[in-house]
Formats: sequence, structure tokens, C-alpha cells
Amino acid sequence: MRAQFVLSEIGVGLRRNLTMTFAVVVSVALSLALFGGSLLMNDQVNTMKGYWYDKVNISIFLCNKSDAESDPNCARGAVTDDQKGQIKTDLEKMPAVDSVTYESQDEAYKHYKEQFGDSPLASSLTPDQMQESYRIKLKDPEKYQVIATAFDGRDGVQSVQDQKGTLDNLFGLLEGMNIAALAMMALMLVVALMLIVNTVRVSAFSRRRETGIMRLVGASGFYIQTPFIMEAAVAGLIGGILACGFLVVGRYFIIDHGLALSEKLNLINFIGWDAVLTKLPLILATSLLMPALAAFFALRKYLKV
Amino acid sequence: MIRFDNVSKAYPKQNRPALRDVTLEVEKGEFVFLVGSSGSGKSTFLRLILREERASHGQVHVLGKDLARVSNWKVPQIRRQLGTVFQDFRLLPNKTVAENVAFAQEVIGKSRGEIRKSVPQVLDLVGLGGKEERMPGELSGGEQQRVAIARAFVNRPKLLICDEPTGNLDPQTSVGIMKLLDRINRTGTTVVMATHDQNIVDQMRKRVIELEKGRLVRDQARGVYGYQH
Repeated sequence: MRAQFVLSEIGVGLRRNLTMTFAVVVSVALSLALFGGSLLMNDQVNTMKGYWYDKVNISIFLCNKSDAESDPNCARGAVTDDQKGQIKTDLEKMPAVDSVTYESQDEAYKHYKEQFGDSPLASSLTPDQMQESYRIKLKDPEKYQVIATAFDGRDGVQSVQDQKGTLDNLFGLLEGMNIAALAMMALMLVVALMLIVNTVRVSAFSRRRETGIMRLVGASGFYIQTPFIMEAAVAGLIGGILACGFLVVGRYFIIDHGLALSEKLNLINFIGWDAVLTKLPLILATSLLMPALAAFFALRKYLKV
Repeated sequence: MIRFDNVSKAYPKQNRPALRDVTLEVEKGEFVFLVGSSGSGKSTFLRLILREERASHGQVHVLGKDLARVSNWKVPQIRRQLGTVFQDFRLLPNKTVAENVAFAQEVIGKSRGEIRKSVPQVLDLVGLGGKEERMPGELSGGEQQRVAIARAFVNRPKLLICDEPTGNLDPQTSVGIMKLLDRINRTGTTVVMATHDQNIVDQMRKRVIELEKGRLVRDQARGVYGYQH
């Protein structure tokens, strides 16, 4: 088969359906940009999980004097030294526990001052209003429930709190957004595929005279179909390149410059360029193969060989 | 060259089969007219030879091959050994005469050198020497049909299938086309031609096969048209 002959056929085909080609390019670009975006979002959530779960503690808050009056969990009075000692030895015996640190009322007061030093509430607080607590680091952050069942409701314990719960709400939100993005992507992908099928159909129809003659003189099915498949693949690839552009530009403006989240939210460590770059080959391959396959199956229906 | 053994063809959703139990043989180098009224099964007969359709019953052999046993992807190999000419010429309007003929060679992967050699040759043969660069729209009907015949013949097929090649032409032009087909036949190419043209059939005195409502009703060496309108 002569390459030049095939290439000129592809060029003619793409120009003949310029509006349709444009629609295919845009829908492929958008759907794959969403696809890449949600992959990156997933990476981002995983990076954040790894980073934050390491820092997450379970806190066992102990009753102080004022809790003994107000909180039903502390109805038996403020925590005693015996109770504290018992909690500590029990904790250290548990296999799931990695380390235990004790935070006294004075330390709690100091931490509070550091975090909310300027607020009017902070100035009215005194150290004996603060709660003593045990901060527990687990070997597996998912094992929160073991600690909760062992210590919730015990004498001298006001509450067992898992910071991971708060984080999980955040991650849940991010993952929800991710699923929404994937659903959008799926929809856009269906639109892109339908556009490709339709483009191929129009293309096959407008060239039925040529393909009919090709058939008559014994051109192989491969020879007849290749220009159509290549057309779809080329349009798809242009869309894929645009999608890659969106992702690179997107990361640049959202994280490094423009919105510059990496400066504003320095508590979060963001995904690096390597995460973006590893997604690009996947996107390009998808943009090339998916339309080609769609065209192939459309041709089986609309182009008799 | 062509053998039909008890061939029937029924299309779905049609109660009467298009061909019923047709048995015949066409030898190498023959010239055969296929006659019959519209709907008699002539087109189906030709489509079966071209393997555009498969027989419902019986076997169709073309060039020694049982077409039922030829897989779809090998059909082009068979079609390369057949030439086809139609009533409506089927030329590409945006290609020149030479390009139209060359197209038949390009799509089956012939080399440029081969194409450059064989295209002027075959155009000379059909009497269109010197009109290589003309567009089909600038030619008369007879000349366009000559281009189509040149395209069908450029790959030197063993069998030429013609579906009413003179159907759109006046009697005088038709005679010219028939002389050309006769010449091609004399080079050893088998010709099967479906036609309604009584004068041509009566003049040529070739073998005549007549179909009526899908049945073979006459197979006559050196026959005449015979069918009354």
C-alpha cells in the first residue's frame, strides 16, 4: 500500500468533515482531560492520606473537675492518678498501639495558646479548664475501633476521639468529587464515541462511490477501511494532545502559579510533575486507540466490504 | 470458469426466491448473454458470481473455487481476477481518465512503474489514446463506458462481468462497445453480459442464457434474444 495515497485520503476526509472533526477533537480532549484530572486527583488524595495518616492520633480525653459537673460521661468525678496509670498500662499492652504520649493540662494549655493565641476565648482560659489526654499512635490507623471499644465509657475517660474521622470526611469529599469527575468523563466519552461513529458513517456515505469501486476492483478490506480508521485516530490523537496540554497547564496554574495552592496551603504536599507526566502516555494511547476501535466497529456496520 | 450446481437464492422477507435450482457451466473463453425481464434473477446471478451474495442452496464455482468456502477476507483475491462493467459506468468524477484506470491498480498495490506502463496501453486498446487527462464529465457516455471497460480490463482479468453495459447508450455507440467487448473476448477473456438489448444479442449470435422468474428456461448456443417485451 502506498503511504502517500493513504495520507492524502485521510487529509481529504478530515477536511471534508471539518465541523464533525472539530466536535470529535473537542469531546475527546474534554473527556480525556477529565480522565487525567481524576487520575491525578486520586494520586493527590493518596499522597495526602499517606502524609496525614502518619500524623494522625487517637486522643483519649480524661475528665477534669469541671467535666465532672457538666458531662454525664464524667459523673463519677475527675480522673484519678490510679485510673491514669491503669489506662496507660492497658494501652501499652495492646498490640495495635505503636506509641502513647501523655499530655498534661499545662501542655494542652500551651498548645491551645499556640494555635489560637489571639482569640478572645483563649485569654479567658486557665490551665485547669483544659483536659489531660493520652495521644495514641496506632500501627494501623484503620484500627481505631479497638481503642474506642476498650476505653469509651471507662471511669475517668471523657471521650475517645479519632482525628482520622475528621480527615476521612475530607477525603470522602475529595473522592466524591473524583467519582463525579469520572461520571462526567464516562458521559463525555460516550458522546465522543457517538460522534466518532457518526463521523465515520457520514464519511463512509460521502465516499461510498470510491469504496464501492475499490470493492469492485478487489481492494482488501484493510485497504478500504484504513483511511477511515486513521481519520478517527488522527482526530482522537489531536484531542489527546489537547487533553495533555490541559493537564500540564492545569497543574502549572493550580499548584505552582496563578492559584498557587502550593504557597497558600503549605500543609498539603502536592503531587509532583512526575505524577502528571506518567499519565500523559496513557492519555495519548487512549486517544489514539479508542477512536480507532470505535471507527473499526462503526465500519463493520456502515461500510460493506 | 463458472459453474452453478442447483443454485437457489432466496432473500429474506421475499416469498419467491430470486433464483431457483439453476445449473449451468460457462467455459473459458466463452461469450455469454444473460437475458430475461426485470426481476428474472439476472442481477442476482451476477451478484452470486461476484460473491456479493451467497447462494442459499447449491454451489457456485468461479475460477475453480467454491465460493461458499471462500472466507470473507479472501473475497478481494477473487475479485481481482474478475472485471466488472456497469450500466452507470461508476467512474470517479474528480479523477482524470488515466487516474480512474490507475485507481484499479493502486488499490491492489501495483507499483508506479507498472501503472505507468499499463494504463496508456489499455486506454489505447479501448480507443481512448490521447484522452488520458480528460475528466469523465467531459466525455460522451460511450467514451465513459470505454474508460470503465479499460479499468475493468487493466488488471487482465480472466472473467469480465457486464451488467447492461449498453443500457444508457444509443444503438450506434452500443455497437462500438460490443465490438470492444468482442475484442476483449478474443484475447481469451470470458465475458458474461446481462442485457435487454435485443439487436445486439441477435447480431452477435453468441450463447444465450435466459432466466424467467428465477428459473433457467433457455440455454442456447448461437442464440437470439427471443424474449418478447
